[in-house]
Amino acid sequence: MDLKLRVVSVLLGILVVTLGMVMVGETRVEVEFWHAMGGALGEITAGVVEKFNNSQNEYYVKATHKGSYIETMSAAIAAYRAGEAPHIVQVYEVGTGTMIAAGEAIYPVHELMVDTGVPFDPQVYIAPVKGYYSFADGRMASMPFNSSTAVLWYNKDIFRRLGFDPTQPPKTWPELRDVARKIASSGAAKIGFSCTWLSWTQFEQFAAIHDLPFATKTNGFEGMDAELLLDHPLFLRHVQTLIDMKKEGSFTYGGRDSAPGPLFLSQEAALLMESSALLPRAVREAQFDWGITYMPYYDDFIAEPKNSIIGGASLWVMKRPDATPEHYKAVAEFFRFLSQPENDADWHMATGYVPVTVKGYEVAQARGHYQKNPGADIPILQLMRPGSTPNTRGLRLGNLPSIRVAIYEEVEKALEGAQGAEETIKNIVERGNAILREFEAMYQ
Amino acid sequence: MTKVSAVFPNKVLPYLLVTPQLTLTIIFFIWPSLQALYQSFTASDPFGVKTRFVGLKNFRDIFTDPYYWHSVRLSFVFALQVSLFVMAVALLLAFMAKNPLRGATVYKVFLLWPYALAPVTTAILWVFMFQPSIGIVATVLRYMGLTWNHTLHGGQALLLLILASVWKQIGYNFVFFLAALHSVPKSFLEAAAVDGASSSQIFTRILFPLASPTTFFLLVMNVIFSFFDTFGIIDTLTKGGPAKATETMCYRLFVDGFKSFLINRSAAQSAVLMLFVMILTALQFRFLQHRVHYE
Repeated sequence: MDLKLRVVSVLLGILVVTLGMVMVGETRVEVEFWHAMGGALGEITAGVVEKFNNSQNEYYVKATHKGSYIETMSAAIAAYRAGEAPHIVQVYEVGTGTMIAAGEAIYPVHELMVDTGVPFDPQVYIAPVKGYYSFADGRMASMPFNSSTAVLWYNKDIFRRLGFDPTQPPKTWPELRDVARKIASSGAAKIGFSCTWLSWTQFEQFAAIHDLPFATKTNGFEGMDAELLLDHPLFLRHVQTLIDMKKEGSFTYGGRDSAPGPLFLSQEAALLMESSALLPRAVREAQFDWGITYMPYYDDFIAEPKNSIIGGASLWVMKRPDATPEHYKAVAEFFRFLSQPENDADWHMATGYVPVTVKGYEVAQARGHYQKNPGADIPILQLMRPGSTPNTRGLRLGNLPSIRVAIYEEVEKALEGAQGAEETIKNIVERGNAILREFEAMYQ
Repeated sequence: MTKVSAVFPNKVLPYLLVTPQLTLTIIFFIWPSLQALYQSFTASDPFGVKTRFVGLKNFRDIFTDPYYWHSVRLSFVFALQVSLFVMAVALLLAFMAKNPLRGATVYKVFLLWPYALAPVTTAILWVFMFQPSIGIVATVLRYMGLTWNHTLHGGQALLLLILASVWKQIGYNFVFFLAALHSVPKSFLEAAAVDGASSSQIFTRILFPLASPTTFFLLVMNVIFSFFDTFGIIDTLTKGGPAKATETMCYRLFVDGFKSFLINRSAAQSAVLMLFVMILTALQFRFLQHRVHYE
């Protein structure tokens, strides 16, 4: 075949494909979906969207990865200001307060489902998920998507090497401290214990498990004028524990957010408090036998720890000037697809996020997922612990990301030895309350 | 001296020729700047649903915030340290590379490489080396009895940022210094050699003074780099921490605007930075016109 002919045939091919795409675009209602799932999770998300697109031929969801959670959220806000918001945007759980306050910028899910006539029952969702994403009166504001919770990851190989029973990981903080100290002093691992997302694992989850309020006004659900309640003696005691553990070498601070995660996977750290969504990476990267267990608690404070709260993100529907009822119908159908038990279970089993529906959990059970992967049900069992209270529903605080930064900064100072536990708590409460007042003022 | 202005026979063509550049400047610089300036005088929620005029409140908020002043001080200290450090090293390297040298091209290419890297890539390389538990440099330091943990130690975090920024910027400075040194007329150097000047005398009396326009230009460029282009390095290495030890004005602006969604307060901070760049540019032009020796 001579060159000219080849060029012409390639061009023709491109033309045909383009035409095909244009025609598909014409016949199907297309909606934009911006998400923050990168790497392995990104591939799984793309798979879910593709499955929806192939399952019918009326609607087409165009998924775009917009970077990290914070990048995705600011991109959506900027796009809204320009009148070009995506129809669906994935927003992390701490952005919930800001999204709810956005008023006319968002289309609450309960309204969307009524307007589009798509059947929707909020009762199918597990309680901590439903609670986190609902208005104070229980109507759902956003669509649950990827929910995780914090768990304790531990290295079973190191446990065996030191003669600990790998089926008996530490249950309480004193036990954890003891094990971490032995690991670090024996040199079995450089780091005994470390944690990711320090504010989330050591304050937010910690409060729920110990049935302590994080803030007044039912953790902010009842109004924007909430104030932090982190000056309870147990928080003080816990910060002191962390400082002491740092000094004796059993706790190592590994940086902010998810930065310490790789320390566990590379066996530098034997114990790590981290999201259950570390799972795909652990499966792919960890060259050792690992286990998951429940978050530790102070057994002299609470005998039966409460349920932990969720992390992760949910899907928000946004208003945009050129959106038609057809577009929102497409969104509603996509949401219905996501909450079907089969799809929920698929997502849970592939990603390590928890099933967001009770039925999804049952499907995973029926498929034998937890027999094949012992411990994979720990996150969901921890979330579904009976006896939940207003303290274990979640947080609804304005500008929670900033409060997290203040917590990081103050605890960093404490671990560096620049201030004591009491001053740390005092500064966190002062700065956190200033941030809350600032947020409140923005809406007056 | 009388002012001479060029005379164009065609009255339309000149305007036509500058139109593309002017359009780009207006769309991508002037218009967004004016927007930011406008936003710095208003208050609104993140989504901009409600907006009201608040006068100078945003500026009052930042100037009464001790953390803001901390970031201002930090930015200047950081910029000064990076600029002086990078220029000293680059000048030394350029002085050494000035004379014919075996493998000079290879040497120059290697020096230029870091400049071609994106800030984030640079930062990741340094993270690998200095990661407190597994980084190779951190491990070596530990054997020497030094504890390295920039995630907790503010001074170390700042030092790490300075090192990474300097490393990235050396190539750029080196090229300019090399060109400046080469542009010094040979006759001056030969005359000095005939008079028996030593190598250091030639450097301090002839080369350095004649390279002063370049030095000043690089100082301005390095300060601007330290203020604005180090964002990616900071975001990857330290995120402004620990405890604000590396939160420069530019990073603070990002945290306020894109993490806390205090968009108006962030806009006020960018107005302050705009003013700073304007002053710096004006200074540069004045200085270049009056003080610096041109050949």
